[in-house]
Amino acid sequence: MSPRKSSFARGLRWVAAALALSLGVDRLAVQWINPYFYRILVLCGLNVMLALSLNLVNGITGQFSIGHAGFMAVGAYASAAFTVYAVPQLFGVGPDASGLVIVGPLLLALLVGGLTSAAAGFLVGLPSMRLRGDYLAIVTLGFGEIIRVVILNIDAVGGARGFAGIPRRTDLAWVIAGALTTWVVLRNVLRSYHGRAFLAIREDEIAAEALGVPTTRYKVTAFVIAAFFAGVAGALFAHYTYLHTNSFTFMKSIEVIVMVVLGGMGSLLGSVLGATVLTALPEALRFASSERLIIYSLLLIVLMIARPQGILGKTEGKRGK
Amino acid sequence: MQELFQQLANGIAWGSIYALIALGYTMVYGILRLINFAHGDVYMVGAFAAYYLALATGAGGAAASLPMALLVLLGSMLVCALVGMLIEFLAYRPVRRSSRLTALITAIGVSLFLENVGLRVFGADPKFFPQLIPPKRITLAGGIMVTNHQITVVVVSILLMVALTLFIQRTKTGKAMRAVAFHRDAASLMGIPVNRIITITFAIGSALAAAAGVLVGLTNPKIEPLMGIMPGIKAFVAAVLGGIGSIPGAVIGGLVMGVSEYLVVGYVSSTYRDAIAFVILILVLLIRPAGLLGRNVAEKV
Repeated sequence: MSPRKSSFARGLRWVAAALALSLGVDRLAVQWINPYFYRILVLCGLNVMLALSLNLVNGITGQFSIGHAGFMAVGAYASAAFTVYAVPQLFGVGPDASGLVIVGPLLLALLVGGLTSAAAGFLVGLPSMRLRGDYLAIVTLGFGEIIRVVILNIDAVGGARGFAGIPRRTDLAWVIAGALTTWVVLRNVLRSYHGRAFLAIREDEIAAEALGVPTTRYKVTAFVIAAFFAGVAGALFAHYTYLHTNSFTFMKSIEVIVMVVLGGMGSLLGSVLGATVLTALPEALRFASSERLIIYSLLLIVLMIARPQGILGKTEGKRGK
Repeated sequence: MQELFQQLANGIAWGSIYALIALGYTMVYGILRLINFAHGDVYMVGAFAAYYLALATGAGGAAASLPMALLVLLGSMLVCALVGMLIEFLAYRPVRRSSRLTALITAIGVSLFLENVGLRVFGADPKFFPQLIPPKRITLAGGIMVTNHQITVVVVSILLMVALTLFIQRTKTGKAMRAVAFHRDAASLMGIPVNRIITITFAIGSALAAAAGVLVGLTNPKIEPLMGIMPGIKAFVAAVLGGIGSIPGAVIGGLVMGVSEYLVVGYVSSTYRDAIAFVILILVLLIRPAGLLGRNVAEKV
């Protein structure tokens, strides 16, 4: 067997294992836990995707994006519009369809969401040629807000009423598969030649440039990849629950950043942990209903003072004061 | 034409409020390189402090008069100066030597804390800000209608900005602030008490935010605990637009934001109001990456 073939076979085995795992967990979850916990698991999975993808930009490449919810919104609305307007014509699959027939259309919708969002990521990544640090951050913030306002003004996707009539097609299996895919892709990127380039930019952009790393291209690439997965997460979200631009405010972007930082900048496992903890924590604090967000914010401050590198972070994200 | 000047007048009044908040952002950023996300919430605290002060002193009802209004303004500024100093001491000082992102997350934590404590203490439903000054409509030359509240906003803002500029340019403390902003460690070596200067910066910035909170209470009398989020973000954008760290830049940025918002409301659609600020910002940054009045610092290799 040639090495190439064997790696292909190994890849297939991974895919099969991932599919079995997602479907298995989903079946078990449907059987054993109540809908409330099921919903939290789904949201956990989506947040894992968001945190992992943002980590590529903020943790691994050392850029600073605070508009991640904007990419999620682009993916969500693009895929939802695709499902509502294009899928019935293209495949003859109506909104009430269920079973295996929806697999193809949903997969395609996720791809549409991801690619549209990736295109947006390319546009947002471009200013990184000229802007650094806080200025780049504020451009990403601006992008997130502009996207939200623009969507709010498009009547075909519901505008301020929210987008109704999207069939509910996402289940836990899809979300787990999505999170696994994000994880595997990012892990492989990180271990590759390109991964070293991303890390080099974070450690010292000038030195990286001097060693021949095309820094602009890599920064834009990081934005594109991150936007793609955020878009897919958004697409899964759109096919799961009520879609309204209020789900993609600045606060959502902040939430994802907090997950990344809390888990540990640059650590993939940390992002998974951070996303899970921060999705579950507000729910776990429900016993103190009106004080829970006060406790949450205090925990955040205390954690930053006590362990600024995050739970699984090895080093501090970046030098500087 | 009259319509244009009308929107300009409204925009300038609203922009002055942004400018006052932006000053706090830009001062703190200049000294600590920290985006103080809690700043918008300090502005909210300022509005509520004034609300309760006005209720307690009767300045909103029977005893309404100009000196009482001034008293409420100063009281609220004092409360927020203390809040700002407390935030700096308890939350920001412990993370000052950590990475900038750590400090940023801490600031977000403080922001969430103030918002949620606000929701708990003040209640989620909007409160109606008492009328510190009886409202009056004034017609300027050319038929432009303004309220005396809008004029108050602009006048008070100008007074505060002039006072701030004089303070920073003419006093010893102001000079020390500039030195710390220029190079903190070198300033420290020259015997400047850096910690005290940072505390003073927070006190002044927060007091200005409180003034903005009181002024906004005059013109838009509905106040609620989450009112600081959007103006906070936009004031920050205004600071970046003008060139963060630059005090005249913050004022210009705030006015540009306010005026452009009202022009969009008047000529395009009020639903695009929240987006225009960011569009202008991105355009400006693409042409002048350091903002309108920001200094382009040469990159050291």
